[in-house]
Amino acid sequence: MGDRILEIIKTNNLTKKFNGFTAVDHISFSVREGEIFGFLGPNGAGKTTTIKMLTTLLYPTEGSAELSGFDVIKKRDKVRKHIGVVFQEPALDTELTGRENLDFHARIYGLDKDNRKKRAAEVLKLVNLEGKKDVLVKKYSGGMKRRLEIARGLMHYPTVLFLDEPTLGLDTQTRRAIWEYIKKMNKEEKTTIFLTTHYMDEADYLCDRVGIIDHGKILVIDSTTSLKNAVGNDVITLSCSDLDELGKRLGDESWIKNIKQHDTFLTLGVKKGEEKIPVVFEIARSLNIKIKSISVRKPTLDDVFLHFTGRTMRGQEERNTGRESRPPIFRSRRR
Amino acid sequence: MNTEEFQAIYIMWLRQMKRFIRSRSRLVATIVQPLFFLVILGSGLRSAVMPGMVGDDYLAFLAPGIIAMAILFSSMFTGISVLWDKQFGFLQEVLVAPVSRFSIIMGRTLGGATTALIQGFIILFIAFSLGIPIAGISGLLLTIAFMVLLSFTAVGFGLVLASKLENFQGFQIVMNLIIMPLLFISSAFFPIATNPDIPNIIAKLSFFNPLFYAVDGIRGSLTGINNVVNPLIDFVIVLVICIFMLGLGSYLFSKSEV
Repeated sequence: MGDRILEIIKTNNLTKKFNGFTAVDHISFSVREGEIFGFLGPNGAGKTTTIKMLTTLLYPTEGSAELSGFDVIKKRDKVRKHIGVVFQEPALDTELTGRENLDFHARIYGLDKDNRKKRAAEVLKLVNLEGKKDVLVKKYSGGMKRRLEIARGLMHYPTVLFLDEPTLGLDTQTRRAIWEYIKKMNKEEKTTIFLTTHYMDEADYLCDRVGIIDHGKILVIDSTTSLKNAVGNDVITLSCSDLDELGKRLGDESWIKNIKQHDTFLTLGVKKGEEKIPVVFEIARSLNIKIKSISVRKPTLDDVFLHFTGRTMRGQEERNTGRESRPPIFRSRRR
Repeated sequence: MNTEEFQAIYIMWLRQMKRFIRSRSRLVATIVQPLFFLVILGSGLRSAVMPGMVGDDYLAFLAPGIIAMAILFSSMFTGISVLWDKQFGFLQEVLVAPVSRFSIIMGRTLGGATTALIQGFIILFIAFSLGIPIAGISGLLLTIAFMVLLSFTAVGFGLVLASKLENFQGFQIVMNLIIMPLLFISSAFFPIATNPDIPNIIAKLSFFNPLFYAVDGIRGSLTGINNVVNPLIDFVIVLVICIFMLGLGSYLFSKSEV
């Protein structure tokens, strides 16, 4: 026990089943001290369920998880003392003022009087709400509520702060601002952050490491840079008159790091993408295939998601709403 | 129990107080409704002769019933308002905190009971000012004890409902199909057990109505007339019901997941 715990969160085969449906399926991962770790995945992938298990609100069906070395089942109170949580839906008392919400939180976490005052001032400053602290929360905007919740989550000096979809439903400008606050508290307060999101740009901008989760399983965990490098330094997307033929032919080329065929287009992971476009054209012409469109860009986490799951997030969202009607052909292409 | 648990109980109570004072419309509505019953119905029928009633002061008969009704509604509302917290997400904030569920329940119950008692006392004072007779100081103290017990019981019942119901429509149904009939056969508005016009079966049923013992107890201890059962026996019965209801409510609440 002597050495410092570097792994703040550690799970082992963590599983949650609801009436036969497996929401979280034997996931094992760890989050390091001081990092911003993100769970990226579509709605219904199991992100919130994982957070609820880690924050002791749900009992795991199977497996275990430790937080700062405390077991989330056996040492619930110890775990609760060490975590701050910002839930997906706002969890503020709107009939109280911002200051009173913080005070409620501080007392229920057992902070003494001096600490309550000092800490409230600190966290309010961090999220720029000093001027609004005596206003009833029901008069706050969506962004202000979020900021207050983040401030509240920090009140009791948690080791880890959980943020479940921190910018869901906020406008672009507010999202940017929230991102800055998250970065700031990670840096200034040295708080480890575990967040979930289904926004690629959010994970890309904020997270040191990202775990991609889908159907309750973690597909891959790595730094955002390595994930993008796995796809290729550049991504070429093209559509043409015969995807199968061209895809097969390009599969033989050694300079293509990876190739994926989708419903209406091909993606190629390559180095120096702009130089490869003429080569692709050359090959297509020799096969008498007409290229309809082609583009080259730096890979995004969208490409990463596409690479590991075989589909875009948007496609996944639609599929989740109509789970039963999933075409069988889609399944086979996943592998 | 350590100081942190007391802090939690205190802040849960304080939150109820602040919300109570700030929602003026609720404050007004919950006081005005029983007041209408007491002042208008009570004064209007003051000299009417009720079947089965002893004496000729209907207002004195009605006042204990209205006090009980005000406390019942207000306390049930507190219990049921856990549903609000659930829907607005605030319950998660409370449940993820490092305090026991017992403290959360305690704070909430005390908060609900306090607000209910404030309302009960307002009705009581108005009844005094309208000139109802008082049995004595010890009777008055017993009345207050009944009021406390009734409010705890009703908060407990509200908690039971809140953990079993999914939404507020269910609450409306419970109010109309359970609470109103119980109130009508509790002798809050007119005599039941001693009433010759009431079918025998209903008179018998009223003895299985928990609310009857609360109303009868308040009546017996406050005015000392028209009560059917000895107030001390009422007290024991209400105490047992209170412990049971509060225990059940706490148990169901502690079982609930978010």
